[in-house]
Amino acid sequence: MKYVDEFRDGELARGIAARIAAEADPARTYHFMEFCGGHTHAISRYGVKDLLPANVVMVHGPGCPVCVLPVGRIDMAIELALKEKAILATYADTMRVPASGGLSLMKAKAKGADIRMVYSASDALRLARENPGREVVFLAIGFETTTPPTALVVREAAATGVGNFSVFANHVLTPSAIAHILESPEVRDLGTVVIDGFVGPAHVSTVIGSQPYDYFAEEYRKPVVIAGFEPLDVMQAILMLVRQVNEGRYEVENEFTRAVTPAGNEKAKALVASVFELRRAFEWRGLGAVPYSALRLKEEWAAFDAERRFDMPERRVPDPKACECGAILRGVKKPTDCKVFGTVCTPETPIGSCMVSSEGACAAHYTYGRYRDAAPAGATA
Amino acid sequence: MSGVRKGYVRPLDLKRGVVDMSHGSGGRAMAQLVDELFLAAFDNAWLREMNDQARVPMPAGRLVIATDSHVVSPLFFPGGDIGCLSVHGTVNDVAMAGAKPLYLTAGFILEEGYPLADLKRIVDSMAAAARDAGVPIVTGDTKVVEQGKGDGVFINTTGVGVVFEGVDVSGANARPGDAILVSGPMGDHGVAIMSLRENLTFETTIASDTAALHGLVEALVTAVPGVRTLRDPTRGGLATTLNEIARQSGVGMTLRESAIPVRPEVAAACEFLGLDPLYVANEGKLVAIVASGDAPAALAALRGHPLGREAAIVGEVVADANHFVQMETGFGGRRMVDWLAGEQLPRIC
Repeated sequence: MKYVDEFRDGELARGIAARIAAEADPARTYHFMEFCGGHTHAISRYGVKDLLPANVVMVHGPGCPVCVLPVGRIDMAIELALKEKAILATYADTMRVPASGGLSLMKAKAKGADIRMVYSASDALRLARENPGREVVFLAIGFETTTPPTALVVREAAATGVGNFSVFANHVLTPSAIAHILESPEVRDLGTVVIDGFVGPAHVSTVIGSQPYDYFAEEYRKPVVIAGFEPLDVMQAILMLVRQVNEGRYEVENEFTRAVTPAGNEKAKALVASVFELRRAFEWRGLGAVPYSALRLKEEWAAFDAERRFDMPERRVPDPKACECGAILRGVKKPTDCKVFGTVCTPETPIGSCMVSSEGACAAHYTYGRYRDAAPAGATA
Repeated sequence: MSGVRKGYVRPLDLKRGVVDMSHGSGGRAMAQLVDELFLAAFDNAWLREMNDQARVPMPAGRLVIATDSHVVSPLFFPGGDIGCLSVHGTVNDVAMAGAKPLYLTAGFILEEGYPLADLKRIVDSMAAAARDAGVPIVTGDTKVVEQGKGDGVFINTTGVGVVFEGVDVSGANARPGDAILVSGPMGDHGVAIMSLRENLTFETTIASDTAALHGLVEALVTAVPGVRTLRDPTRGGLATTLNEIARQSGVGMTLRESAIPVRPEVAAACEFLGLDPLYVANEGKLVAIVASGDAPAALAALRGHPLGREAAIVGEVVADANHFVQMETGFGGRRMVDWLAGEQLPRIC
């Protein structure tokens, strides 16, 4: 597969691995947080960990849009489908996120809710056109990458007079989440979580550019290397982070120059700004209420805002007590630190959201890496 | 004198007609559907007896029975349709016991209102597949459900066969050290189907690999009678099939990603859909596990058959009390190839 295989080349990987091993100072440990679930997935799926020396440790971040969606928001979506009898259009990953009362979108669907999986925001708008007698609500989730398409369909619905379409917006913002982690007591005061640098988002950065990260590098003195989602991108970014740490630098560097510019995608940013505005605060699973960390539709688009249209009250529902998703999303705990990991909580019967999405830290470790935890049961032949 | 001819029945309108409730009633309309459509297409001496069952001769040996219900959507897809698929699926299930399939039965659940022209296409495709496979459809059943209670056509087929002399194939027979082979590229069928799914239509040259594999199995067990395990990696793909075998046999497995054949078009489609080709369904491929010493002969036998030209040795069976299937990635790392969780859900960003 052209333009993809090149970024998964095993020989190049071994070359970078050798350089990381040579340049990493054996007297210290390097802790790098990969913010994005896309990176978490790539690290697990391609076995990147096996190519890193033991003193280079990757800490999983909260950049998985499904994982950070709190129980309350899923409950609200289910209510739209079950009580308001709306057609709820959603990306597939959200289907299995556990909600209150043992429900999930998938289980609500089995109970008669009309929930349709879509691959894009425009598919949701098409559903509305095809079902003029029904209310169609798009459960919009995601970081800055998926926000422009949502903005686009809202404008298109307005321009073409689609009156039965609205958006339940759950779009969240990357920089606020990074700031929240860096401000957390575990990182700032207690020192229980060490973060020496960040592997910065790939797709998000194609939209917002590399500039928004300057603040973190400057204010918190943490190096950030923006990296693509291919495993060689991740390896290269890790090497660049090791070098910054060794040289005492804390800069924003861009490994993903084939797609990311300093200013990002101006057109997409303008589009988002025309439809969305900041929420004063938004509840994240694991991080709690994070100020100015999410978007909602501006007043002029209120007719397309499901929360206003259906007068949906905000729901706050605590996570199940045994679930450590919160601590895992902040990098405080590893999936295996959670008591229910791999026992009660598995991809088939997830308790927490991190076990649902393939980008979630728990799902990635369970699916690709749990052989590492197994006691060497039986010799390998 | 009346102009009505004695015994005249107006033939089924196979151009514009549709299935109606009377076609499943057991009355004259059903008899006509059976005569003019099913019997005409599947014609053979056993079916012609028109009993509620078929009386067939059986050779000596171990009997194999397999059944499979087909609910594929859409009913017609690049490279095939529910008709030939329902023949291939069951022929393959029988063959994977190291057996020669002999007879098939066919049960149809039709939805009221379904066009007879489309039903005829499906039945003709089934008949052609059965003929090509040399496995007659000897008895059957037809039911009709009200509109909205079915999805056009569901087909159940049951197959009967007999195990080749001296062959003992089972999912429980894999042993540490054995070689794992696949008969060709993975994921063609699933991607061909997905290319037509609602919301997902994309242009592709990929066709389903649907095929009857009993000829390939015969070639393999003739060359290597000691084949341990055979299975067709259908739903859940290669990954799920290997996990099933690992659990049944109480072993682990190690795969080499770079050795697993996947067509570039399939790899590309999976890439943009966020799928893993190892979990995508096949309908014309098999997995074979053989003793390591038999691996070269098994590979040669598979490659010597038209349906196994792209066969490959993809890994080996290892001792592992956890029954994990692991893979050396092309990137140089290692990871598990786990059971499929839920449906294979695409990633969103």
